[in-house]
Amino acid sequence: MPRIGVFVCQCGNNIAATVDTKKVAEEMARIPGVVYTCDYKFMCSSPGQETLKQAIKENNLDGIIVSACSPHMHEKTFRKASEAAGLNPYQCEITNIREQCSWVHHDNTKATGTVKSIDLTRMTIQRLKKNQPLKKIKIPVKKKALVIGGGIAGIQAALDIAEGGREVILVEKEPSIGGNMARLSETFPTMDCSQCILTPKMVEAELNENITLYTYSEVEKVDGYIGNFTVTVRRKSKYVDEERCTGCGECTEKCPFKVESAFELGLNKRKVIYTPFPQSVPNIPVIDAPNCPKIQKDKCGACAIVCGPKCIDFKMEDKLETVEVGAIVVATGYQLMPNERFGEYGYGRIKDVISGLQFERLASSSGPTGGEIRRPSDGKVPESVVFIQCVGSRDEKKGVSYCSKICCMYTAKHTKLYSHKVHGGQAYVFYMDIRSGGKRYEEFVRGAIEHDGAMYLRGRVSRVYEKNGKIIVQGADTLSGSQVEIEADMVVLATAVVSREGADSLAQRLGIGYDKHKFYNEYHPKLKPVETVTAGIYLAGSCMGPMDIPDSVAQGSAAASKVLALFSADEMAREPITSVVNKVTCNACWDCLTACPYTAIERDAIKDRKGNIVKWVARVNDGVCQGCGVCVAVKIH
Amino acid sequence: MSAHIDKDEMPVASGSFEPKIMAFVCNWCTYAGADLAGTSRMEYRPNVRIIKLPCTGRIDPLFILKAFENGADGVLVSGCHPGDCHYTTGNYHARRRWIGFKSLMEFAGIDMRRLHFSWVSASEAIKWVDLINKVTDEVKALGPFMEYKGLKENELE
Repeated sequence: MPRIGVFVCQCGNNIAATVDTKKVAEEMARIPGVVYTCDYKFMCSSPGQETLKQAIKENNLDGIIVSACSPHMHEKTFRKASEAAGLNPYQCEITNIREQCSWVHHDNTKATGTVKSIDLTRMTIQRLKKNQPLKKIKIPVKKKALVIGGGIAGIQAALDIAEGGREVILVEKEPSIGGNMARLSETFPTMDCSQCILTPKMVEAELNENITLYTYSEVEKVDGYIGNFTVTVRRKSKYVDEERCTGCGECTEKCPFKVESAFELGLNKRKVIYTPFPQSVPNIPVIDAPNCPKIQKDKCGACAIVCGPKCIDFKMEDKLETVEVGAIVVATGYQLMPNERFGEYGYGRIKDVISGLQFERLASSSGPTGGEIRRPSDGKVPESVVFIQCVGSRDEKKGVSYCSKICCMYTAKHTKLYSHKVHGGQAYVFYMDIRSGGKRYEEFVRGAIEHDGAMYLRGRVSRVYEKNGKIIVQGADTLSGSQVEIEADMVVLATAVVSREGADSLAQRLGIGYDKHKFYNEYHPKLKPVETVTAGIYLAGSCMGPMDIPDSVAQGSAAASKVLALFSADEMAREPITSVVNKVTCNACWDCLTACPYTAIERDAIKDRKGNIVKWVARVNDGVCQGCGVCVAVKIH
Repeated sequence: MSAHIDKDEMPVASGSFEPKIMAFVCNWCTYAGADLAGTSRMEYRPNVRIIKLPCTGRIDPLFILKAFENGADGVLVSGCHPGDCHYTTGNYHARRRWIGFKSLMEFAGIDMRRLHFSWVSASEAIKWVDLINKVTDEVKALGPFMEYKGLKENELE
């Protein structure tokens, strides 16, 4: 007969308000095998855990149940306490009577909650009776990390891991690291130049001997598990030998072909052999193969002729490289929602209607205008600029339901930049609400209005059209209750921040979750902000949702600290929830082998004393098995 | 899985029938979605009893038969959306098994309105709430599941 203890938590009033915990404990005492029951105010508190430990020892319990919050919250806590009291931690089971009972059934008479809690706890008792003591699995950890995405969050994570003395591979899709931050002119709320604070970090990442940069590369395949990932990286052909290239730039200069620059967001042209921007890291050009006449039609080849170290190879092909790492940090960032969706604002139709990021390029001293605010159509300095906020954000019908968080701040910054660069110019801002939560953020916006003279109009814009070389913006000013019409020279749209194209397919390769907007899910929104449900994979920056630079950097560091903690020991203990083969009944049908997504099942021969094979059976590799149970459900025997 | 469900313990408001719904859910998506409904203090019908499994791929079709055998009036299976499985492909196994098993369930005399299959992600608390309410109401309208009643006892005899 088992000796089970049942501990019912009141969780202050969180459970006790709708569940009669005393009654639940009393009912459980009547079940055969249950020898101890109690209810307590906070089971997870120190005295609560002491009660639990004492009860295990005094009553010689061989299994316990804590009916409390979700096992995702405190299963670990109670298993640890059980272990401390000498009980096998896997003989401790949790009944979820808070998230899935007391909090969702608001019956103050406690009838509903109590009956359900009794039921749920009884179910757990039955489960516990079938439990067997388990031992943790020890697995070795490869002390090398992979960071996906070379924006500010990824760079910060890589630098921190490297400074902790561990090797890092930083994978970046573009020819240079830097991400969206490299595009920005100045940063709020300090107005320091973005590149001035970013480029030193980029160079540091390049020079740090613990960091290996894989630029112009993408993650193709991820296998394995925490401590032991095998990642296949596609290193796209740059057509330039990275070892020999000196970054002299001669090839770019001589290249006779120009195409629209993706880095400049279409505001400028670049050569076909190019570095995205002057401070690119690494400073090695790549050839844009689809646009290169030499590669496509075997015409030209000017770059190869002028190249001193002869490092251009038009026959170069993509390489697949396999790396083995112990942890992965995902920092793939964001992009802006395509403006074309908003025809009423004239984007695409009117040349001087641009996005916020395009304005950043206009204001940037390394941008197409050298930092002068000139409108794209004719290069004229705009005398008035209308900024429209919430383009696509907080707009469930045409855009996304969430707030893009950074636009209120960067629009205020834009108005400041504009008024500093164009004296006498007038900035107008159409806004819904100003959301400037953050250290010195509200003061920054007030400064834009009061000191730099931006005119803030609370209301939406209904129409934008061209008339006599001016852009007419029609909108509502809801504070004065009137319709307004502004003659502007340029319009800037604060377009919604959205997840990166292909974010979902990368998540599927990594086995991490994402929400309906394809932003990655953290393990817990408050308590595990940089972990994912897949152990060993961490998140940083705006791949999780709109985020400003300080938050992205903080998360990069947070993810790095998680990685370093994982790497601090040679071995890590893994949950022993793996499948087991009954060698007597296994008849080697191999259904399990084909079903297993981790190739954790192998063929194993049972031999007699003379070495003759008696029988083939399945064998589970505990290091690889993730405990999904698919093999168990396909088996017939 | 052998929790025997005792009908007498359900609160019966003035003689109205309250069905027992057994929900087999995966640990990563639907269980977390149901937790989120709690964290967000939403409210739904109390008839559901959740059994947490690592993955919907772990669900042996016999679990469903067992649930009916032990007194459930309705069964719900829910896991991660296709492509979102924590174990990459477990929910595809579940889906394939479900398609095959459905016809067998009909043959076994189970009204398909008592059996529901859904994808509920960790962020879809509202979907979970709506699903439970819908399934409960539907099964409630069908009345108690009587076809297997006493089956176990007869077998024993």
